[in-house]
Amino acid sequence: MTFQALDAWWWPYLFIILAGWLATDIWRWLGVLVGNRLREDSAALSWVRAVATALVAAVIAKLILYPSGALEASPMAVRILATISGFGAFLVTGNRIIVGIVVAIPVLILGTLWFA
Amino acid sequence: MSNSLVRSKAAWFLNGMRGIVSVPALILMTSFVGFAGLASGAGISLAQTLFMVAIVWALPSKVVLVGSIIAGSSLPATFIAVTLSAMRLMPMVAALVPEIRTKKTPTWLLLILSHFVAITAWVYTMQKIDTIPREGRIAYFAGMAGTLCVANIVIVAIVYNLVPELPTVVAAALFFLTPIYFLTSLWASARERVIHIAMVLGLFSAPVFHRISAEFDILYAGIIGGTVAFAIDRLWRRRTGRRP
Repeated sequence: MTFQALDAWWWPYLFIILAGWLATDIWRWLGVLVGNRLREDSAALSWVRAVATALVAAVIAKLILYPSGALEASPMAVRILATISGFGAFLVTGNRIIVGIVVAIPVLILGTLWFA
Repeated sequence: MSNSLVRSKAAWFLNGMRGIVSVPALILMTSFVGFAGLASGAGISLAQTLFMVAIVWALPSKVVLVGSIIAGSSLPATFIAVTLSAMRLMPMVAALVPEIRTKKTPTWLLLILSHFVAITAWVYTMQKIDTIPREGRIAYFAGMAGTLCVANIVIVAIVYNLVPELPTVVAAALFFLTPIYFLTSLWASARERVIHIAMVLGLFSAPVFHRISAEFDILYAGIIGGTVAFAIDRLWRRRTGRRP
């Protein structure tokens, strides 16, 4: 049963409800049930926060290293260099997010044009 | 509930809504322009695309869903692929809930609001939460995350038929905004050393686990990286005998 399997108007919506909505919101609801049992300042919350942070960090690493779409056009070395220079500038200026962005984006653009 | 409390909750809701005029909200909206192009290119109708934006919400999960539809995957195979990409939402929500609830917050309200948790809203809330009194946090999150969702539904509705023909390098720069913003804001929002350790381990272990399993890499990097970060932090505390 694929997305295009039935000609009925409701089938794509049912497909999205089952494979999209249910598949994602189940985890959000479980998160509420788990989070409701965690006390603030408990070691368990500290662990959950560490796991959540490492998960998001892994998503970030994948967006940089294995991008989809137009970002694939810039070489991996350029993407890594842009990340390091942007993050370095962010750290040097006392965690100013906008500085990190303003440095990383031109490095990416110039590097991509250079190697294109 | 007293009148002044209701008024201050409304004020916090409005305050959250104002988050729509911020760097992270703008970056997310540019990502949704890209998503509108992906969905229309895949032959998914405008109504179906808007439905998807509203009820799935997390962008990486939607990209997996559209990817499975393009590939002609079956319903069970699509469910599994999407659910693997969404498992990360569980610890994210679990970490957020103790920060925003009060003793009186009903569980049904948290279940409804949890739908609006995705990376942008999560990072943004974690960054701002210390500046908001506990009584206002639920209202603030609802205002910010709800507005973010509605605004992106509107954006997709507007741009779906005008799929932008951007030069590749400009499109690449737009797509690069998301990771660089998440990277810096997540680092800046950390209040404990364990968060920085977890970030470093998650970033560097992701490509290693990607080689082992491209499907489960994020889960491995998260669970193993996060647990090791937690253990390092505990040992560090025991060694130095004080909290960070």
